[in-house]
This record gives sequence, structure tokens and C-alpha cells, in this order.
Amino acid sequence: MSEKTEPSGVIGWIDSRLPILSFIRDHLTNYYAPKNFNFWYFFGSLAFLILFLQIFTGIFLTMHYKPDAKLAFDSVEFIMRDVNLGWLIRYMHSTGASAFFIVVYLHMFRALMYGSFKKPRELIWLFGVFIYLALMAEAFMGYLLPWGQMSYWGAQVIINLFSTVPFVGPDLAVWIRGDFAISDPTLTRFYALHIVAVPMVILLLVFLHLAALHTVGSNNPDGVEIKKNKDSEGNPLDGIPFHPYYTVKDFVGIGVFLFLFALTVFYIPEMGGYFLENANFIPANPLVTPEHIAPVWYFTPFYSILRAIPDPAYGALAMALSIIVLFFLPWIDSNPIKSIRYRSLLFKINLFVFVISFLVLGWLGVKSVTPLYSELALRFSQMYFLFFTLLYFYSQSRDSLYSYAFSFTLISLLSIYDILRISADNYINLLVGLVLVGSFVLLMSLLPLFTNFNKEKEVPERLTE
Amino acid sequence: MNKIYILLPIFISLFSNLSFASSPKSSLISDYKYSNGINNTASLQRGAKYFVNYCMGCHSLKYMRFSALAKDIEVEEKLFFKNLVFTNKKIGETMEISMKPSDAELWFGAVPPDLSLIARSKGGDWVYSYLNTFYEDDDRPTGFNNLVYPNTAMPNILVSLQGSQKLVLDSYNNPVSFEKVSDGIYSEIKYQKMTNDITNFLTYVSEPAKLKRHSMGFWVLIFIFIFTIIAYYTKKEFWKDIK
Repeated sequence: MSEKTEPSGVIGWIDSRLPILSFIRDHLTNYYAPKNFNFWYFFGSLAFLILFLQIFTGIFLTMHYKPDAKLAFDSVEFIMRDVNLGWLIRYMHSTGASAFFIVVYLHMFRALMYGSFKKPRELIWLFGVFIYLALMAEAFMGYLLPWGQMSYWGAQVIINLFSTVPFVGPDLAVWIRGDFAISDPTLTRFYALHIVAVPMVILLLVFLHLAALHTVGSNNPDGVEIKKNKDSEGNPLDGIPFHPYYTVKDFVGIGVFLFLFALTVFYIPEMGGYFLENANFIPANPLVTPEHIAPVWYFTPFYSILRAIPDPAYGALAMALSIIVLFFLPWIDSNPIKSIRYRSLLFKINLFVFVISFLVLGWLGVKSVTPLYSELALRFSQMYFLFFTLLYFYSQSRDSLYSYAFSFTLISLLSIYDILRISADNYINLLVGLVLVGSFVLLMSLLPLFTNFNKEKEVPERLTE
Repeated sequence: MNKIYILLPIFISLFSNLSFASSPKSSLISDYKYSNGINNTASLQRGAKYFVNYCMGCHSLKYMRFSALAKDIEVEEKLFFKNLVFTNKKIGETMEISMKPSDAELWFGAVPPDLSLIARSKGGDWVYSYLNTFYEDDDRPTGFNNLVYPNTAMPNILVSLQGSQKLVLDSYNNPVSFEKVSDGIYSEIKYQKMTNDITNFLTYVSEPAKLKRHSMGFWVLIFIFIFTIIAYYTKKEFWKDIK
């Protein structure tokens, strides 16, 4: 690397007052990233892109939208018809919301696969989960704004969850709504939160997420710390400068993403009722409950967990826990091996089953409740939580006593819940479900004792590709 | 890069339809499928003509501007006013009606809904089958009931064109078919064509931007495609020395 010379001229004048050049050096041209990023590493920059796309399109929507229960629905249709390219801005914003969640889910899955949440990256993960939470709040409040039937009744269901909080619940729900039912004050406060408060929180969290990332550096598909092997100048041997290498690479990812995004915006903006629900083209009517209330697809896995338990208070608790558990992930899985490449077969099966469970829960969330579906929702909710307990179990090698005690405890807990709810109507579904989930627990926790399925591979010193 | 195909199943699975709101009440309804053709301008023109003649006495299209309609169905202003506007409305106004909701309530027992978005909230097939499945029912004040929208308050105003029909039930009281009671002015095929035009028109009205977005999207996709190709080869050039 050549000697750094002091810049002169306008750039020099600014740089001696504001460190733009050193910022670019530290975070782009001389910021080293592992050279083996694969497909899964596109989603961070894509999420960043969508964030700004949402802010940009959102600003234009606020120019025409009217946050008033009497005018909101009409103003959205006004945007769709009378504002020049208003339909395009609106579809970009509504598709952007779904795209945001697709990208964030894939980004989180990447972290699970390659152990990106593990030491020393716990804070990056925590900020990430906070971003995810803020994003859910942002999406939920934004969905009320078109003031359609689904906006109204979806918000009704979610806000009612807060009334299950012990002692203060009903008052809390009234406080959130600003009224005894969802109405104009709810709409205006959600508007304020949606366009100002939550976006600022998200921007701050994204800043912290990136600042923490740039402090410790990126993980990679091998889960090897590139900072352990440096050349004579102190640069990682397996690293390459983020700019230009990853900026040009990210442009390819952005191109592919934008292609799929534009395909959706121009040809299938409703995505068959998943991105824009049909019932939301009917203005909100407090007197008419829609036949079937389904949240937007990105909430459905958690909605299934909520519905899996008949008592709404415990259902809401389970749903809250399913998100809270994410915060503890770095301490649940303290196995020093980061990447899935060097972890055991059982870990891979666990992760695979988790992804399937999450998808099935999502699918169940858009269906109306039947006895079979709610039984399935319960079992897959159990699988959702089992993932984390097994992750803890695999975080170190366990002796046989521990393994037996572990599986015995889990199966007892599952059985106790089933004993409490068994009846003449449901005992067949219940027994089949219990046997299936129970044998999964048994296999996953006892197989390490008799096979080498839980054998981990040796992690190399350097990147392998 | 091959792994990008991993994304495809996600998108494809999202294509699959979340079925339109109401659950199918019988398989007879699913026989009624309208053939979508909002790019068929002649059909839109006919649909608009039928709508203003038969529907607009009671149903408004409060989000649809005459000016936008005239432009989109390619009817020149003078001709448009002569054939499609029967009140002293101006070209920039929306297609609202003068019937008072209180009067409507008195006459029909319910206010006829605005139909601007009906084809988006219920779907084109729903509208089409609604227009086709009125049947005689002495229990209803209007003398007619509807298969897709049971106990509808709307009178069977197109009965003179379609002719009257009876619903045939099987032994389990499930509807199986319709039986013609009297002939209408139109033949069965002509009536279906007419209702298809109306449905087509309402589908257009529910989202006029659809006419534009398909053609605009094509050029946007081409632009992004070329951008991606250039980005890909730029990346390849930069990464030559790595590894």
C-alpha cells in the first residue's frame, strides 16, 4: 500500500474538518471482508436497499395520503388512480414491505446456518433482532393505513392481544387504540408512528447493527475468523477490501433482486392475495366482521403459534416467547463451531426441521381453524421451541445421564400438556401427534449416544475456498 | 450464482392463489368463469355502455373519472358524452349517481354498493357468476334469489334479457343446474357475452393502472436485465485475481 498523502483542494479542506476520507478508508476501501461470501451474503445489502426504497416511496405516499378515518381509503384509491404514477409508488411500497420480510428472513437464516450470532458477534445479532421487532411494528402499523377491512380487523385481533396482559390488559388496549374501538385516533397515531417514530428507531438500530459489524468484522460460510491470519501489513490474508470487490458483487445481487421485485410490482402486485389481501379493497367497517381474518403472510408463523393454544392469554404468551427466545440465541447455542459445514448431522437435521416447521406454521396461519389444523399448529409450535432446546443440547457434548434426563424432561412436559387437554374427541390426533413429536425428541437426543451422527468436523485454520 | 434458483420456489409458491373470500357454496358456481380481457378495448366499450344503461341507475363508480374512462377505452369526447353520459356531468367528474342513499334504503331495503372495487375485492369470476345465477324464489320480496350472493336485495334487473330460470336441486338439496323457465330477449350465449363485457369493464374500473403497468413493466424489466448483465461482467472483471 502506498504512503497516504494529505489531500488538497476542496476535498482536503473538507477532510480536515470532517473525516470523510478516513471514513471511506475504514469502512469501504480498507475494510476487509472474507473473500468467500456466497449467495446468502447478498441479503444484508438488499435489506439496506429496501429500507431506503421504503423511505423513498413512503415520502411520496405521505404527500397524497390522508390520515383520517373518513378519507384514508379514498385517498389510497386517489393515489392509485389520479396521482401520476401513484399506483407504481404504492405497489413499490406494498411489495417492498413483503420483500423486506423475505430478505430479512433469509438474512436471519444465514446467521443461523453459519453461526453469525456467536461470539464475538452477539451484539450484531441482538441489534438485528431489535430491527426485526421494529420492522414488525412498522409493517403492522403501516397495514392499518389503507383502512380496508383487513387493515381494520387485523389490527383489531393484534391489539386485542394486549388485553390479555394480566391486570392492566384492557386498559392497555384502550391506551394503544386511543378509543374503545379502533377508530380515527388509532389511525392517526399509527400514521405518526409509522412515518416518523419507528423509521427513526429502525435507522438508529441499523446504524448500530453496522457499527457493531464493522467493529468485529463479518463472519463467513466457513465460520473462520479471518483476523487471526494477517499479512505483514496487518491485513487479513483471507480478506479482500469491501470496495470494490463486494460493492461490484452486491450490484449483481441488487440487479437480480430488482428484476424479481419489478416482476412482482408490474405483474402480480397482489401476489394472489398474499401481499395485498382481497378483502382490503373493501373500506373498513366496524359492523361487519370478514368471514376469515388472516394476517399478512410474514406474521402468519407467529399467528399460528398464538392460535395453537386455545386460551388467548397463554397463546399470546407463547407467541411473545417465540420472538423473545431469539434474543437469547447466542447463549442458547454456545457451541464454538460456527458454520453448519463443520457441525454435526443432527444439527443439520434440527435446522432443516426448524425451517420446515416455520414454513408450515406460516401456511397454517392463513388457513381457517379446523380441529386438524389447530392440532398441527400446536405440534409445529412445539417443534419451533424444540429447535432451541436441541440447539442448547448440542452446544456441547452430553453424557448419557444428561441425554436421558433431557429427553425424559421434554417428553414429560409434552405429555403433561396433552394430559391436561385430552378428551374423547381429540385423543387420536393427540396420541399420534405426541408419539411423533416424542420420537423426534428421543431420536435427536439419544442418537448421539449410539451413533456418530453428532460428530462434528474439524474447523480449518484458513478459509477453504 | 446458481443458488439464486433457490429463490424461485419461494416466489412460485407465493403465486398459488389464496382463494377469494367466500368458500365455494357449490360446484355449480365454479362453472361460471369469466374470460379476462381488459386489453380488449371493444369489450370495455361495450361493458361501459351496458353499465351506464343497466347498472348506473343505482350503482356508482365513485373513483372512476369520466375523463380517464374516455381516454382508456379510446372514445372521443363528443361521442363519449353522447353515448355514455346521461346527466349534465362534466368530463373531469367521477361517475357518481344522484339516487339518495335514504331513498335507496326505502326502495330496496339496502343501499346499492359502489362498484368501483367490486372486481378487486370479490374477483371477476364472482361478479360474472353473480350476474348469471339469479333464479326464481318466491320467498324473496323481489321474486328472485342469487346463488353466489344468497338473499341479495338486488332485483333481477336483467331478467328480460336473460330470461327467467329455476334452480334444480339434488336429493341432498345441493344445487346442480339451472332450468330455463322463460326465454329472454338475448340468447344464452349473447347474455353470457354481455355479462362478460360488464365483468371485464368492472375489472378494468377496479384497477385502471393495470392497462399501463403491463406494458411499462416490460421495459423496466429489460432495463434491469441489461443492468444486471453489465454488473455481472463488471464483477467478473474485478474478481479475476481473487483466489
